[in-house]
Amino acid sequence: MAELLPFLKSLLSVSGLSAYEIPAARLIEEEWRPLVDKIDFSRLGSLHALKRGTGDFPRPSVLLAAHMDSIGLIAKKIVDGFIHIAGVGGVDVRVLPGTPVLVHTQTGELPGVVQMPAARLLPESEQNRFPGMTYLVVDTGLTPAQVAKRVQVGDLISFDTSPLEMSGEMLSGHSLDDRASVAALTVTLEELRDKPPAWDVWAVATTQEEVSFGGAATSAFHLQPDLAVAVDVTYGQGPGASGWETFPIGRGPTLGMGPNVHPFLHKRFKELAQKLEIPYAIEPMPHSSGTDAMAMQVVAEGIPTMVIGIPIRYMHTPVEAVALKDIQRAGRLLAAFVTSLEPDFVEKIVLE
Amino acid sequence: MLAIGAAQFKLLERLCNAVGVSGEEGEVRKIVLDEVRPFADEVKVDSLGSVLVTRRGTGRNRPRVLLDAHMDEVGLMIVADEGDGIYRFQTVGSIDSRQLSGKQVLVGRDHTPGIIGATPIHMLGAEAYRRKVGIDSLRIDLGPGGSASVGDRAAFATRLRRAGPSILAKAIDDRIGVAILIELLKHAPRNVDLCLAFSVQEEVGLRGAGVAAHYFSPDMAFAIDSTPARDLPVHDGRENIFYNTKLGLGPAIHVSDKYTLHDPGLVRFLQETAERSGIPYQLRQPGGGGTNSGAIQPALAGIPAVSVSVPHRYTHSAISISRVDDWKHTLNLLHTSLGGVTKDLVALRA
Repeated sequence: MAELLPFLKSLLSVSGLSAYEIPAARLIEEEWRPLVDKIDFSRLGSLHALKRGTGDFPRPSVLLAAHMDSIGLIAKKIVDGFIHIAGVGGVDVRVLPGTPVLVHTQTGELPGVVQMPAARLLPESEQNRFPGMTYLVVDTGLTPAQVAKRVQVGDLISFDTSPLEMSGEMLSGHSLDDRASVAALTVTLEELRDKPPAWDVWAVATTQEEVSFGGAATSAFHLQPDLAVAVDVTYGQGPGASGWETFPIGRGPTLGMGPNVHPFLHKRFKELAQKLEIPYAIEPMPHSSGTDAMAMQVVAEGIPTMVIGIPIRYMHTPVEAVALKDIQRAGRLLAAFVTSLEPDFVEKIVLE
Repeated sequence: MLAIGAAQFKLLERLCNAVGVSGEEGEVRKIVLDEVRPFADEVKVDSLGSVLVTRRGTGRNRPRVLLDAHMDEVGLMIVADEGDGIYRFQTVGSIDSRQLSGKQVLVGRDHTPGIIGATPIHMLGAEAYRRKVGIDSLRIDLGPGGSASVGDRAAFATRLRRAGPSILAKAIDDRIGVAILIELLKHAPRNVDLCLAFSVQEEVGLRGAGVAAHYFSPDMAFAIDSTPARDLPVHDGRENIFYNTKLGLGPAIHVSDKYTLHDPGLVRFLQETAERSGIPYQLRQPGGGGTNSGAIQPALAGIPAVSVSVPHRYTHSAISISRVDDWKHTLNLLHTSLGGVTKDLVALRA
């Protein structure tokens, strides 16, 4: 736990919007490099880290994917020094007024805040609800002339809310979706450090999940794993979230079940969780998982996939919140899974 | 001209980062007391919690001049403990509920960190999503085991930042006024008896200032506050005629608001002083809103009063923005004006 926290906090302190993941990627590369045998980047920027197995050739491999990109904003037009914005990924306009941001210009970062104009400056339709993104602005405090000089259309704007340690070993911050899962993969790699599995393990920090699953799809194609597991955050129970699609915080990861999940993998994860007494919940995904598994499942001739969820509260807000022990548990369960893979596991996989 | 240097920034930073929600201004009061004691002839904390400072001048027939700035800020109060570190809250002072989701807050005197979240966007339909969220459906989350008590105050967890010509901070309204008062005390003109009210509970009804006016019984009063600048472009490109004030145009002199028709002689005096000294100023658009002049003017048998404000954008939110130059010019307009104040200024004129 002691080591997980500083790494995750550093990950939550950098930007890394979809397609611009480098600030996060550098930190992950540094953290993973000592834990793996080989590490490099895909052509779309995903980080590929290989932990070599001990099995005979042709040695099967499993891909563990956690996306490192985060949602954010992009400068759309500039009027009188005010930056109008569009979303990168599914941005929630309700959390934007008053949210601190960093504008990433070609000449460095500018602090600023997203704000909504006073009611009288908005159309009547927007005055009594959350104004749409069209009406929100980023104010950097600079003069219109300074903004015109520094900021250009297309500049990225990331959330600048600092990570916050809460009571009960919870951590809050932007981009826990899905850097919480990147932290879980780190736990997995640490677990495997002195006990390499029979299989090759590719830990992959994927790119562009929030917009297209493009990183996971291309990495899965390139690495051709025999199995793939998407690790992503899921809805934690808490204020404003209590339905069937929510899961208690601090009571373990979720095991996805649905069309994106191969039933045999689901069964193996469940058995392992029970054996290791790792608490878990079954997460029904009736239609699709909304994770990298969607893309990886249909790569090339198809890959058996699994989805592991880490419950977080307030998804897609700058104050997402996670229980650190759920990250630990997800990481341990993944390590147990890859360790459990017998050399002939692929032949054993059956649908029924 | 008085300058805004590193020391002034440091003080404003401490003041803005401090938590002082109406009714519990202790943290700000402590900073104020430490700052004013070396320069004051008398310091009193009244029964509501306002800090009342007297600094006497020299010479005969000195006017007693009240300068007021409020220490309190808008914030939240915990009203129910739902268990597991989840708390219901209400606002203290006026805060648009649309400014609360996705924010970090500091709860209670020990600044326990907490968050106000939102239902994930994925779980809401397109219609429900844009609907205003009432305060009753928001919660402060401290995490399991988090211990807050009913009655604890909470404020935005924002830290002050400088950005080019501006300051980004919470509670600029009215810590910038507090900072100005402290600076004026340190450079007190000797022709007046300076009466400073660092008042409480402005945001919940101008409560501290009226009481302070009673205590001082001044000849005239200046309420130093921070007023909204609604100077963003109108959505459809029409001219913005509702701007209230504009950032960068200097101190805003109040003529009329919801509570007060400000003393015409004092308004004119401030304008003339500004013009004579080459200090930029603007007239705040008459309209709603109010300052402590609303409580001071009708106090006792009546006290001629005027308000001067440093403009800020994005009022009562996690991050407001003000210009350093507006702060500096407000300080200097007041400093220069005080030097020219006489009792005649508020004598009845036909």
